[in-house]
Amino acid sequence: MRIVVCVKHVPDIQSDRTLGADGRVVRDGGDGTLNELDENAVEAALELAATDKGSEVVALTVGPPDAEDAARRALQMGADAAVHVLDDAVAGSDVFATATVLAAAIRRVGAAGPVDLVVTGMAALDGLTSMLPVALAAELDLPALTLAAEVAVDGGAVRVRRELDSASEVLSAPLPALVSVTDQANEPRYPNFKGILAARKKRVEVLTLADLGVDPATVGTAGARTQVVGAAARPVRENRVLVTDDGTAGLKLAAYLVERKLV
Amino acid sequence: MSAPLSGPVLVLLDHHDDAVRPSVLELLTAARSFGAPVHGVWFGDGLEGALDALAGAGVEQVHRVGGLGDAAHLAAPAGDAVAEVATLARASALLVTSTFENKELATRVGVRTRAGVVVDADDVALEDGRVVAEKTVFAGTWTTRCVVTTPLAVVALKAGSIQAEPAPAPSTPQVVDVHVTPSGQGRVATLVERTERPASVRPELSEAQVVVAGGRGTNGDFSAVEELADVLGGAVGATRVATDEGWIGHDAQIGQTGVTVAPRLYIGAGISGAVHHRGGMQASGTIVAVNSDPESPIFEIADFGIVGDLFTVLPQAAAELRRLQG
Repeated sequence: MRIVVCVKHVPDIQSDRTLGADGRVVRDGGDGTLNELDENAVEAALELAATDKGSEVVALTVGPPDAEDAARRALQMGADAAVHVLDDAVAGSDVFATATVLAAAIRRVGAAGPVDLVVTGMAALDGLTSMLPVALAAELDLPALTLAAEVAVDGGAVRVRRELDSASEVLSAPLPALVSVTDQANEPRYPNFKGILAARKKRVEVLTLADLGVDPATVGTAGARTQVVGAAARPVRENRVLVTDDGTAGLKLAAYLVERKLV
Repeated sequence: MSAPLSGPVLVLLDHHDDAVRPSVLELLTAARSFGAPVHGVWFGDGLEGALDALAGAGVEQVHRVGGLGDAAHLAAPAGDAVAEVATLARASALLVTSTFENKELATRVGVRTRAGVVVDADDVALEDGRVVAEKTVFAGTWTTRCVVTTPLAVVALKAGSIQAEPAPAPSTPQVVDVHVTPSGQGRVATLVERTERPASVRPELSEAQVVVAGGRGTNGDFSAVEELADVLGGAVGATRVATDEGWIGHDAQIGQTGVTVAPRLYIGAGISGAVHHRGGMQASGTIVAVNSDPESPIFEIADFGIVGDLFTVLPQAAAELRRLQG
């Protein structure tokens, strides 16, 4: 089985994240990381690969030079190969353009041998839109089995269980297919010493849009269908009250809610 | 609002049997503010029973999609059907409630129609003939405004973001039947099994005006959290720790990988306020936190913080509120 797992480099959620005047994430380096939710995707890909001898896992990332870190991390976890689409024209791409670029890269990976499964995380912790898996599946004309809490491949078909707001579902599709996994799906492994050493010997293949045959005019800021016209840090909450319970805090809480007309 | 939209505003009418979801009335209120005819898309049965509610909300036309069966629950076929309706109706905007399923559907519509899509929006308005959506990002610490620059704008609006209001004058909704056939090729996902969660006696978490949530500090005992939620007529939520421990179902998880809530009142009990959780509740109107650890980060964002034991503070507050309610 050949599996492509998409990973993204994002600002560390524990750090102070900011947006520039253009509404884009400020990436001043240093505190970026592999999108935590993509670790679940890498783990799922590795576990599925382990069920089928001779499988290959290819990590794929699109982004500025820093993005290589995400690919490296996937290699340390155990991915066999990595591809990094690095092109200035990609900056500012919306989800649809990003899907176009990823799809082109996956087709290229597929040229060396058919790709059976594309795995992604449920969302990126910077944008958190969860739109990419569906957009990518549509670009590749693959069935999308999203938000998987469990995933299994058996007899040329993939089957997932997912928990939605109002229902629990089981979906199935013949391979090739795309699966996005949630943080419920598994417990991502930490790269061990052996994995880190092995990753040093693995090469991250760098590709440009020209390599992929993608027209730069269709991606990046130029190709975006939405435009951020304003970005501001939300105001700090004022008049905050902090009390220590002296035996009457519950009464104070009730009075506060009544006074603020919240009951 | 200088320039109106050229085409109607289409609203996805999420429903349970013949009852439209409360958030749909919010979408319809937003849709009417655009000054263009308001249309709805309805999947499956039950429309007849909802027509009065839709008339009260000023819906002029309902596109009823049939023929999909179970596939109506899947983003690809449902999104393709909505894209078809949007194209036929020459819609200028599509509004949906921002749930996981609907965000996927919106994305699919974007792929099919080349529409610009904004999801998880807190507000939407028409400015100079263009659809502008507002959303909070980075765990609720930043607000961004996005203009959709395509002829069709798709916006997924979070439940509870705006106040639903009835139309100034009721409409007489026209029903148009749309029959779509899901593409028969093998390369689609099949719904093997679907189990609807039993409806809770409490309001839906994502739509509730009041949310009382419990975390690690409950030690698995949600009785005080539930009692206060019931006095306030609110929903019960939880942190990831609490759901991972199995103390409460995963559908109660508030946070970046769970439900995002923005109620008028959020009360967090025994919750430290890790960034994952804050990302799912920081846009709430008023934030109350009860935690025995004064160093808990949740106090940094709480309007009213109480350092104390949730098992004494919550029952005392619940009893006092009951007394005041008489």
